[in-house]
Amino acid sequence: MTAAVDVDHVSKSFRVYRDRNQSIKQTLLSGRRAVYDRFEALKDVSFEVPEGSTFGLLGRNGSGKSTLLKCMARILNPDSGSITTRGRVAAMLEVGSGFHPELSGRENVYLNGSILGMTRQELDRKFDQIVAFSGVERFIDQPVKNYSSGMYVRLGFSVAIHVEPDVLLVDEVLAVGDMEFQEKCMDKFAQFRREGRTVIVVSHGIEQMRTFCDHAAWLDNGVLQDVGVASDIVDEYADSGHAVTAGPGGGVRHGSGEVQFTRLSLVDEHGDEVSEARAGAPATFRLSFEASERIERPVFGVQLHTVDGMHLWSLHGRDSGFVPEAVERGSGSVDVRVEHLPFAPGAYTISATAQDEHRTHMYDSLQHAGHFTVLGGGFRTSGGMLALDGSLLDLRQG
Amino acid sequence: MSQVERESRREERRVTLNLMRNLTLREIRAQYKRTFLGRVWSLINPLAQIAVYSIVFGLLFQLPVAPGTNSGLEVFPLWIGVGVIVWGFISGSVAAGMSSMLDNAGLLTKVYFPRSVLPVSSVLSSSFNFGIELLVLLAVMALVGGPLVLLYAPLLVPLLVLTFAFVLGISMVLSVASIYFRDLRHLWSIFSQVWMYASGVLFSVELVRERQEAFAADGVDLPLVAIFQANPAERFIEAYRNILYDFAVPTWDIWVTLLIWSAASLIVGKLVFDRLARDIVEEI
Repeated sequence: MTAAVDVDHVSKSFRVYRDRNQSIKQTLLSGRRAVYDRFEALKDVSFEVPEGSTFGLLGRNGSGKSTLLKCMARILNPDSGSITTRGRVAAMLEVGSGFHPELSGRENVYLNGSILGMTRQELDRKFDQIVAFSGVERFIDQPVKNYSSGMYVRLGFSVAIHVEPDVLLVDEVLAVGDMEFQEKCMDKFAQFRREGRTVIVVSHGIEQMRTFCDHAAWLDNGVLQDVGVASDIVDEYADSGHAVTAGPGGGVRHGSGEVQFTRLSLVDEHGDEVSEARAGAPATFRLSFEASERIERPVFGVQLHTVDGMHLWSLHGRDSGFVPEAVERGSGSVDVRVEHLPFAPGAYTISATAQDEHRTHMYDSLQHAGHFTVLGGGFRTSGGMLALDGSLLDLRQG
Repeated sequence: MSQVERESRREERRVTLNLMRNLTLREIRAQYKRTFLGRVWSLINPLAQIAVYSIVFGLLFQLPVAPGTNSGLEVFPLWIGVGVIVWGFISGSVAAGMSSMLDNAGLLTKVYFPRSVLPVSSVLSSSFNFGIELLVLLAVMALVGGPLVLLYAPLLVPLLVLTFAFVLGISMVLSVASIYFRDLRHLWSIFSQVWMYASGVLFSVELVRERQEAFAADGVDLPLVAIFQANPAERFIEAYRNILYDFAVPTWDIWVTLLIWSAASLIVGKLVFDRLARDIVEEI
């Protein structure tokens, strides 16, 4: 596989002025140059983004990920090292930048498109598509200052996504518009992937990263920590903030520990532990725990993954309407019941979390500690991740 | 490989030109949006100035102006009109060009494109207005002074190109410099006042020559005229007056001077711009 973007020993530092001389008077009076410190945003970062991948840049605020994205977009220049990109690069760091409020939507599409690097012929060709995608057809000849903020963002996003670059750089702009529009965007990104284009995303929504990206790099304080398959990197990143210990069943755990899961398992209708379930049959997951003290209104959660880390399903007590008044000191368990397990035959893992009522504090998170296998069953599947209650029927002709 | 590279460079140039065109159109279209008189405003402003200056300097001060060489025109408002309009372009487009980077800070920090597009399209849109003003001036001159002026009108094209280059160079330097030193914008408004008087917008070189001769009679040798004419803006205005007021071809030494000034301004502008614009995003 060739690299779409090759980041080669890139370092970047910024001046942080202690007192900024932004006037000639200050410079003349002080008779010296402004005093500044150097802040190293990126330190000798090297990695390759494979062509056709959806690549995530992970890291805390201030870890340098946005700086790196801006370097890739050529908005910033690295102090040393180089970034080589193959093909056309477009950056979507802010949608609708360069819109002029007094100009009409139509004029702004042309203006914004040319800012993002489209030629006139290209814009003529894609104009109708862009407008249709944004859903603001009726207002396209109105000045954009009359647009609602949603319309504004949708039009801007629509222009950006139609640039159809070889490499698209996206900075936390996945959450625009309503649900329907977001789905359209996800479709468009999926189409990008199918067409072999490379998408590089910066985000700190780690669950989104896990499902959206196939590769990722993790930065901390400007230093590259690791790069590789997205789910591994996301796990590593998620664990990094917490003291991680090995848990039972080969899982990893973190959390404050007032409640600790002892066993995550699949059980049959008698409550006996089993290791296999059938596609389409009922399944019950038992989350056994030990509480070292009384916990008020805990929120339990379960997550199911394929063994290679693809996140398939999560449910927690708040969404399920199940928040018990309290758990008392001692051992106990919570069951998660699924009426028809829609998974294709294969191997899966069980993870569990216990959080406080507002889901801001983690008592315990035990990841990938339970294992089970799905066998063929009532729900048939010929391929893919799921087994659904489907069938072929009804041949019609003529 | 070189074929591919050449292709991609050509593509990049096409994109840049398209962007320049669209940004220029944005400036031109947005400028008078939602005003009742629209584009007419770009003519009303100089007209008002011409009226005021004509009353003060023509009527009250009775400043002497030599009649047009070939046109025989002796209409003070027209003479001052050329100066006001040319000067308006020089100072106005530099002021607009120098703020072109700061005004588009949002764009600079979010998208990559060749940074020089901003000052260039700003000066281009000013030139568009200037072009219209020149056409109106040309029509008025033809009406008042006779159609002879139309014979010399094509000379305005190379002259306009030189003026554009001269103004663009200054704008490029100031557009990046004003990001490092925000005071420059305010300083410029003062400086342009001084520069206007030094450029002979409101009085002719005759006045300066009289003063020099008066000094010389007192035994003080001051090369006032030479100093006056060392000012490039004065030379530009002189060239426009040659064509539009005198109905004459500017002398070759004027052309050479203007060419040198324009080339120097553009080269220095480009060098400074390329050097300072590289890391401009960090300073905004």
